[in-house]
Amino acid sequence: MPYGAAHLIPGERVRISTDSWTEPFWQAAKEHRLTAAQCGECGHFRMPPSPFCPKCQSQQTEWPTLPGTGAVFSFAICTKSPYPDLADFVYVPAVIELDGAPGARLVTNLHGCNADDVSIGMRVRVDWNPIRDGWVMPVFRPG
Amino acid sequence: MVWVNQDKTAIVGIGATDYWVRGQSHPRTINELVGEAILRACADAGIQVQQIDGFAYYSGAGAGYGDRMDTASLMEMLGIPEVGFTAALTSGGGGAAAAPGLAAAAIMNGDANYVVSVMALQQRKQRLGTVFGAGPPTPENSFLQPSGLVGPGHLMSVLARRHMHLYGTTRDAFAEVAIATREHALNRPKAIRRKPLTREEYFASPMLADPLCRLDFCLETDGAVAVITTSTERARDCLQPPALIHGVAHGGRAEWGRAFAWMGMPDPHFASSGHKPVADRLYAMSGVSPKDIDVALLYDHFSAMVVMQLEDYGFCEKGEGGPFVQSGAIRFKGGSIPVNTHGGQLSEAYIIGMTHIVEAVEQVRGTAINQVPGCELALATGGPASLPVSGLILRKA
Repeated sequence: MPYGAAHLIPGERVRISTDSWTEPFWQAAKEHRLTAAQCGECGHFRMPPSPFCPKCQSQQTEWPTLPGTGAVFSFAICTKSPYPDLADFVYVPAVIELDGAPGARLVTNLHGCNADDVSIGMRVRVDWNPIRDGWVMPVFRPG
Repeated sequence: MVWVNQDKTAIVGIGATDYWVRGQSHPRTINELVGEAILRACADAGIQVQQIDGFAYYSGAGAGYGDRMDTASLMEMLGIPEVGFTAALTSGGGGAAAAPGLAAAAIMNGDANYVVSVMALQQRKQRLGTVFGAGPPTPENSFLQPSGLVGPGHLMSVLARRHMHLYGTTRDAFAEVAIATREHALNRPKAIRRKPLTREEYFASPMLADPLCRLDFCLETDGAVAVITTSTERARDCLQPPALIHGVAHGGRAEWGRAFAWMGMPDPHFASSGHKPVADRLYAMSGVSPKDIDVALLYDHFSAMVVMQLEDYGFCEKGEGGPFVQSGAIRFKGGSIPVNTHGGQLSEAYIIGMTHIVEAVEQVRGTAINQVPGCELALATGGPASLPVSGLILRKA
């Protein structure tokens, strides 16, 4: 039986927290700007953002604006609601490789297509899902 | 270079409570379960509980998720007069198979003589199946949790999908792991699932996180298991033949790291169990190779991860785990490497890896319910999980 449309996790259910090293990523997302932590010394990308570059241990960090496109590295199709008080729905958690940030991945949701049509290697572009406390989560759709 | 402490320590006592379906061990308390498992392990070894003088935990001494074990409380409860060692491996279930290795370190360092490793879990408050979605967000898991990957099975389904993509693995392989493991549980009085599993039932099972269905997920159970490690010299005075610690290793590579809590693993680490570096070290320190292993007790929280461990422990080539299991290789009856002869976490009970150690001990004692004839060497593993992952080789005395 086909799964049908891939839904986003309802934004009002999604909570995040930040620290001084991850906040620039989430502040950029508020402005609908996709970024990733890049070492200011050696250029190595790391996600999630952390206090040191694991390649050269530098703390200089840059937040380049990425093209907002990428490819599906892997994914799951989930059919049960993660929330006991919310009816079941189909959603697609996906690991996305980000163009312009080699080695950096985001774990997020895919929508804008049927779950049945998602495949590894599929090209995707970023979309923005408002979540709790005024934050915005980068999600992806085909494109 | 063979390990200097090879065969110098041994597991001499094993003890377990009953196993219950999630939540049904209530109104027993978690410490009561721990105490019962330890007392049974002492009785099995033929020692007094007062002789225990060390604790070697894993999972940060956590008891499942949410509860914790505390050595002082256990001493007070059981009347243990003094300890010379109390420590835990970090992270979660990945360390399971190396808890006796931590015990061996304590014994060889002269810190303690009879060291207990124990795990207990009750899932009345928080079930493991949704544990990753339950907590408040941390800055780190804010890059994972919002995706709706709420439990370990959801996370590992993403690894399974990549394995299928890279190597052509199909759900038939995962089905065979579930069906073979169930077959091994049929004659076990304590197993939670004891009805034969057919392919039809497997493929009718609801998909919880495609490509994994409910029957790819391990049980959610309550219970406790304890094992006692001592020196091989002292083991001579115990009731049971010692299960010699022939090799034991934990750790892993940064490319695996936090694993499915991170999803940053490069290929080929992503679609693996993360065990290969530990497996290589285990074989080097023990001086044995995969073909010497008589029975493999592989941490089976999810069927697909058994396939990947078979590759990482060298029972087949990387990427060939699917066809390997589909050939019948892991069956107790007729398999070239019987896997999870105790019914594993998929069908017997899930006590975060401890049932695999118990089965390894029984196999080298020669007292297992599904006894592999002439079993000399048994492998038990802990994880895949965030590092450490672990492996243990026990030898018949």
